[in-house]
Amino acid sequence: MLAHVFDRFRTIALAIFLTAFALPAFAGPFEDAVGKFANDEFSDTEEAIGVVAASGNPLAYPIISALQDERLMADPDTKKVYIKQTDGKIIDAATGAAVDSIPDSASSVRLNNRLRRTVDAALGGLTLLSPDLSTRMAAAQSVFKSHEETALPTVESALAKETDDVARQALAEARAAILLFKSDASEVDKLEAVATIKARGDQEALAMLSGIGSDQPASVAKTAAAATAAIQNKLAMWSMVQNAWYGLSLGSVLLLAAIGLAITFGVMGVINMAHGEMVMLGAYTTFVVQEVIRTRNPGLFDYSLLIAVPLAFLVSGAVGVLIERTIIRFLYGRPLETLLATWGLSLVLQQAVRTIFGPTNREVGNPSWMSGAFDVGLITITYNRLWILCFTLAVFAVLLAMLRFTALGLQMRAVTQNRRMAAAMGIATSRVDALTFGLGSGIAGIAGVALSQIDNVSPNLGQGYIIDSFMVVVFGGVGNLWGTLVGAFTLGIANKFLEPVAGAVLGKIAILVLIILFIQKRPRGLFALKGRAVEA
Amino acid sequence: MHTRLIHDMATPFSRRRCLAAAAGLALGLAAFSPAKAADDTIKVGILHSLSGTMAISETTLKDVVLMLIDEQNKKGGVLGKKLEAVVVDPASNWPLFAEKARELITKDKVDVVFGCWTSVSRKSVLPVFKELNSILFYPVQYEGEESERNVFYTGAAPNQQAIPAVDYLMKEEKVKRWVLAGTDYVYPRTTNKILEAYLKSKGVAQDDIMINYTPFGHSDWQTIVADIKKFGSAGKKTAVVSTINGDANVPFYKELGNQGVKATDIPVVAFSVGEEELAGIDTKPLVGHLAAWNYFESIKNPANEKFIKEWHEFTKNDKRTTNDPMEAHYIGFNMWVKAVEKVKSTDPDKVIDALPGIETPNLTGGVSKMLPNHHITKPVFIGEIKANGQFDVVWKTPGLVAGDAWSKELEGSKDLIGDWVGKKCGNYNVKTNKCLGSGT
Repeated sequence: MLAHVFDRFRTIALAIFLTAFALPAFAGPFEDAVGKFANDEFSDTEEAIGVVAASGNPLAYPIISALQDERLMADPDTKKVYIKQTDGKIIDAATGAAVDSIPDSASSVRLNNRLRRTVDAALGGLTLLSPDLSTRMAAAQSVFKSHEETALPTVESALAKETDDVARQALAEARAAILLFKSDASEVDKLEAVATIKARGDQEALAMLSGIGSDQPASVAKTAAAATAAIQNKLAMWSMVQNAWYGLSLGSVLLLAAIGLAITFGVMGVINMAHGEMVMLGAYTTFVVQEVIRTRNPGLFDYSLLIAVPLAFLVSGAVGVLIERTIIRFLYGRPLETLLATWGLSLVLQQAVRTIFGPTNREVGNPSWMSGAFDVGLITITYNRLWILCFTLAVFAVLLAMLRFTALGLQMRAVTQNRRMAAAMGIATSRVDALTFGLGSGIAGIAGVALSQIDNVSPNLGQGYIIDSFMVVVFGGVGNLWGTLVGAFTLGIANKFLEPVAGAVLGKIAILVLIILFIQKRPRGLFALKGRAVEA
Repeated sequence: MHTRLIHDMATPFSRRRCLAAAAGLALGLAAFSPAKAADDTIKVGILHSLSGTMAISETTLKDVVLMLIDEQNKKGGVLGKKLEAVVVDPASNWPLFAEKARELITKDKVDVVFGCWTSVSRKSVLPVFKELNSILFYPVQYEGEESERNVFYTGAAPNQQAIPAVDYLMKEEKVKRWVLAGTDYVYPRTTNKILEAYLKSKGVAQDDIMINYTPFGHSDWQTIVADIKKFGSAGKKTAVVSTINGDANVPFYKELGNQGVKATDIPVVAFSVGEEELAGIDTKPLVGHLAAWNYFESIKNPANEKFIKEWHEFTKNDKRTTNDPMEAHYIGFNMWVKAVEKVKSTDPDKVIDALPGIETPNLTGGVSKMLPNHHITKPVFIGEIKANGQFDVVWKTPGLVAGDAWSKELEGSKDLIGDWVGKKCGNYNVKTNKCLGSGT
């Protein structure tokens, strides 16, 4: 592995050496520059990066990449600088000689944002000729951003050798960016550069074209302005798609939070103010699962959510059954008392969690498949939102199938439609009540697992969702799961189209006002139950 | 919206909440109220929410005052008497803050109160402290525009946090375009008003400032982060100045990380994000985003190391972080002890008069001084988030900055000063030489 890495940077360094007319690698200036890393001054570090990156020394790449990952250690007393390699071995940064250990007085060389940009640019220049495709792409991207003139010869030689079409495109864009900002580039080159960047057409291209400054030839400035306008138009079209996607994503979160309530409130008619706390318990179950995995078996971390889903269902479901058996069953038909009792219960549950886990947020990590984003056209879709949308629809489908096709589902529907008739048919109604409430709570727990990925895991987690959940269920029509689905997505999408226009605060108020007006017109929500069930 | 609605809904049940809070309190108090005759102790009130939305931030402050009292008692107390903590729980309920403050002063007869976090809770207790003439130490950075005789502000005023942070971004990061993002309540609104005036005075055009407010506990940041990205693609270096409060920060930073907004492209400088808030997130995608405070846990200094060690021992948990408001209480508590020892009395009038001019070491190597406007001098640090959830100080003011009670940037307050030593007035107009008096 180590030898491989060494080989890689040796070829890179050699290429830079040949193409960039690098100075012969005198030991003096390079070693002096490396020593500057130990001064703990940002200006010295910046100078050192410049000298090291241009030195052509085979150690340049390991030094700069170590700097980026905070693996470059400097001892302020002896002015010695060490590289902690990824495999744990340590070498002297100035000579490359292996070292046994780093003195205690050494600490990693500090960076600020300006230096991080310098490091990115330097690494881009050093890795443009890397044999690894994704490294080359990343390098082209960082050169595009920094458009550092010194990288031009390397970019051109890389472009000449490149065989991969996508990478060629990236390199051509990097070259265009450099030419656009190079003061002595010809007008023809610059116009061509504007065209290349315009073809890229994303926000970074827009930033580059609108930031070219006033010292450009008139023709270039004019084409760039036209290109900027074209990109802006394109982005405006995409922003509609983006709003729709954000709306779907918000709708899925609303649906997920409300779906359990659609059972306990919608089907059973219990005004359950502790619903949010069931969600919170699910999120804390995820936290506990991740803690156990972290200490026992870190390799399983990516599966932590899959393990947490059934456990959260069981924990919240069990608490739900317990609440139903001890409190709610005595309060059927007394909505005001139920409201007060469950509200009090929600405070008790919050305080209990606060006492056990502490008042501060708990860290629930995102597994690798839940982190990051990908681009579709010009919009960014984050994986966590995408998975939550899929997960919500899956939960909804399973729940619907359960109510439709299982014996328990049949009994639930029978009991909620006509309790006395169901009892007369031999259904143990109180058992079904407990199980229904447990099911609703358990589903809230599952929602907590997903919400732990996008929100704080704190005792207050549930409070943020309780009002939204009631809003969705009431808007969609009490007692109708499809209504909840349509209600959630309608509210989500309406909210996201209002937000850019009215702002987050006014947007939410507008939604609330619209719902109030809607309820005046249709008091039973979007999909009102019809027939005798309504009077039951 | 959620929080608001819940609060509205909560009002009819506030008595129930009081009962619940009182029950919790009774349990809590049993742990640390040693049975002693009232005469040989000096009582110190602690008015921080231990339940409700603000418990996340305020519980730590309750613990730190308990620790400071404990340490002081080990040194023999004050004036030969032991200090005794009286803890109450205002449960993140603003009117309850006033009730609990009254209870502390009249029933428990405390000589000083350390408490409050949000500005609205401070405003709610102000009349009580004025009427009953007691002392409040307020440890949190706030919007300024206030100087009261009975309150000592140990947190940062806007000129001790917001303005230096903006200066840093202008000079070091060459920022030309600004997003001022905040939660919709008084602190962000006033701070952003001050910042907007300041930026315009530095020649920033209206088009280059975007102001955005979100509700408390906002959790869906997709649109706003996309807007910030869009605003940042105008070819000028862009930064976000965040006064987003409390819980909303975690989903905000998660969304920034997921959408790939890196600090090297669009840095975010936050005024309400400290070590505590970062404890709930994976900070690797956030490396390089900034925070401006008067204290960071990572600052290397013997006093700070001792403080952290004592904190870990007191809480029996070596993972508990320390933060800026905790340092503010540390400074405020030591100032109060010094003032009491100076006048050999806990009488509020004597202590209030003795406090201005008192100097005490802070935890970052300097000596903070209580000013006549009841604010203190503090150093300002800019820290960058590191992968381990701590901050790395990348810049600091050359000396200590004196807190301005009244902002020099705002039209209505630029001629006002607070001076409780010479003028005996919290809002003295230096142009007209008049004290505006109370009610403004």
